[in-house]
Amino acid sequence: MGKEKLDNYLNQLQSENKNLFVPYIMAGDGGLDNLEERILFLQECGAAAIEVGIPFSDPVADGPTIQNAGKRSLDHATTLTAVLDKLASFKEKRIVPIIVMAYINPIYKYGVESFADSCVQAGIDGLIIPDLPLEEEAMVTDALQHRAIALIRLAALTSSSERIETLAHRSEGFLYAVTVTGTTGVRSSYESKVKTYLQQVKQQSPVPVLAGFGVSTNEQAKELGSYCDGVVVGSKIVDLFHEGKTEQIKQLIQASI
Amino acid sequence: MTTYTMPDANGRFGEFGGRYVPETLMPALLELEKAYGEAINDPAFVEELHYYLNQYIGRETPLYYAENLTKKLGGPQIYLKREDLNHTGAHKINNTIGQALLTLRMGKKKVVAETGAGQHGVATATVCSLLGLECVVFMGEEDMRRQKLNVFRMELLGAEVRSVKNGSGTLKDAVNDALRYWVTNVEDTHYILGSVVGPHPFPKIVRDFQSVIGKETKQQILKQDGSLPDAVIACVGGGSNAMGMFYPFIEDKQVRLYGVEAGGAGLDTNQHASVLVNPNPGILHGTMTNLLQDEHGQIQEAFSISAGLDYPGVGPEHSHLNDTGRVIYVSITDDEAVTALQSLSQTEGIIPALESAHAIAYAEKLAAEMNSDQRLVICLSGRGDKDVEQIKQVLEEK
Repeated sequence: MGKEKLDNYLNQLQSENKNLFVPYIMAGDGGLDNLEERILFLQECGAAAIEVGIPFSDPVADGPTIQNAGKRSLDHATTLTAVLDKLASFKEKRIVPIIVMAYINPIYKYGVESFADSCVQAGIDGLIIPDLPLEEEAMVTDALQHRAIALIRLAALTSSSERIETLAHRSEGFLYAVTVTGTTGVRSSYESKVKTYLQQVKQQSPVPVLAGFGVSTNEQAKELGSYCDGVVVGSKIVDLFHEGKTEQIKQLIQASI
Repeated sequence: MTTYTMPDANGRFGEFGGRYVPETLMPALLELEKAYGEAINDPAFVEELHYYLNQYIGRETPLYYAENLTKKLGGPQIYLKREDLNHTGAHKINNTIGQALLTLRMGKKKVVAETGAGQHGVATATVCSLLGLECVVFMGEEDMRRQKLNVFRMELLGAEVRSVKNGSGTLKDAVNDALRYWVTNVEDTHYILGSVVGPHPFPKIVRDFQSVIGKETKQQILKQDGSLPDAVIACVGGGSNAMGMFYPFIEDKQVRLYGVEAGGAGLDTNQHASVLVNPNPGILHGTMTNLLQDEHGQIQEAFSISAGLDYPGVGPEHSHLNDTGRVIYVSITDDEAVTALQSLSQTEGIIPALESAHAIAYAEKLAAEMNSDQRLVICLSGRGDKDVEQIKQVLEEK
């Protein structure tokens, strides 16, 4: 459970020389009833962990695809409470680590301590909070540490070397290296500095480094993964689920790992 | 005597404020904080700022004794701080000129801004034209409909106005898209945020640039009457004109301060923008403050006839001043604001902005509890030219 499970799972895959692939799904997109099916499917496809997004009314870190998925989810009246309950209901069926991606306000309203308790009950192993930088993270770190839930930090292309050093040493599970200066969403290409950035982050980080934001093809996943330890893929996976193209998701993951 | 020194080094006003932003933006916020700290301690910067405030914007603005309104209400002596007489017609330009000068100081050539009523957008487009900066303004679709003239003014000034269709198509959604644009273009672009909201250091910077309103008011009334006013009223959306007015008076405890929020269709409906009536802390647009939100932390839509007050949050410093009780926050409905707009137009020959009309409407209530030995200052934050078409429609429908 928690940080240890995430560490072990990633270590195991890396010892098999696998490129780590973490797909993102928006909880409640199409209704919460599909969450179990989608997670078990992604586990089967070989995901290193699954990032479960919590919809928020004002997702400033997200581009149009995830914004729209969040809107669809909120139209289904998805709440953080309901997602946690759903995740708890089938935790025995999962072996893959679960990471919840939530903006800070729904967590704050839920109450940080109660939220951390509910994460344990729901079998959640890690958290990504895109609008909680180093300067504000003390708000959640004690509650998460007591329960051994990993807080995955994000490094950015704009981060100084000193900040990357701090982020890398504090990050648990893995370090999420954001590969675009911008919001989430499919990109056809990357800035040339992404390679050196990933190599630098990788060198500084004691935990695995996963590249994310804009990754949509197995070629990108392989290339970016070659500079670090793997990738997080969000918008592309969200689109494919929305369009019902699950076979393509399987192909994408299997060609990337 | 205790000295008011908010915010602290972490950008906190008590429990409120802070900087809840993606890592990509943190370096820009740190750079801005540093650049601002250096600028305000640089006499050359201060001199340049004052030059533009005086020569370009037309400061200082009068503290006008509203004799007719005073007689009509039969209570305190009423003064209007005439921010409506600034270049571009509102207080917004006090802040945009300061931030545009900071943009140049940071070596950036591009600017992004959000706008609600369009006043901040126009004030930003204006200073960008003056100082040779590229300017993109995000504006909600609904607000573009309500404020067509201001859209055209921004375009005339050379700015690009981008329509925001998400959500309710109002100020909150425009801020979201401006933040996304800033995340994407942060390396060469400064975000000129228009109110005392957003992540630190914006609430402090905007307050400081706007505090020229309160500083002048204080000097003017001391010069005229030799003593401070008994009460000061300002409207509050994000709350920049109010913070600018209140800040220099915070330690003058004998001066009662009133912030007027938009009551929309009424507080008994869910169609209003009165955030401080039932305080509900949360985090939006990079800051912890009181919000209109549901029990799950989803932000709700605000409603007001006035596009400039149509925001589901409020500046973190207002949340703090509400907690400490230093400022009293009250609410005025759409109907009351429209009546006050007509009333000021007919008694003083001044058409106030719908936003400022909320402050006028509350002054009419407060005046009933005050006597002729007392003095009341109202911040007339903007002029009503932008609103006349909308007011015409509202009155025709009645």
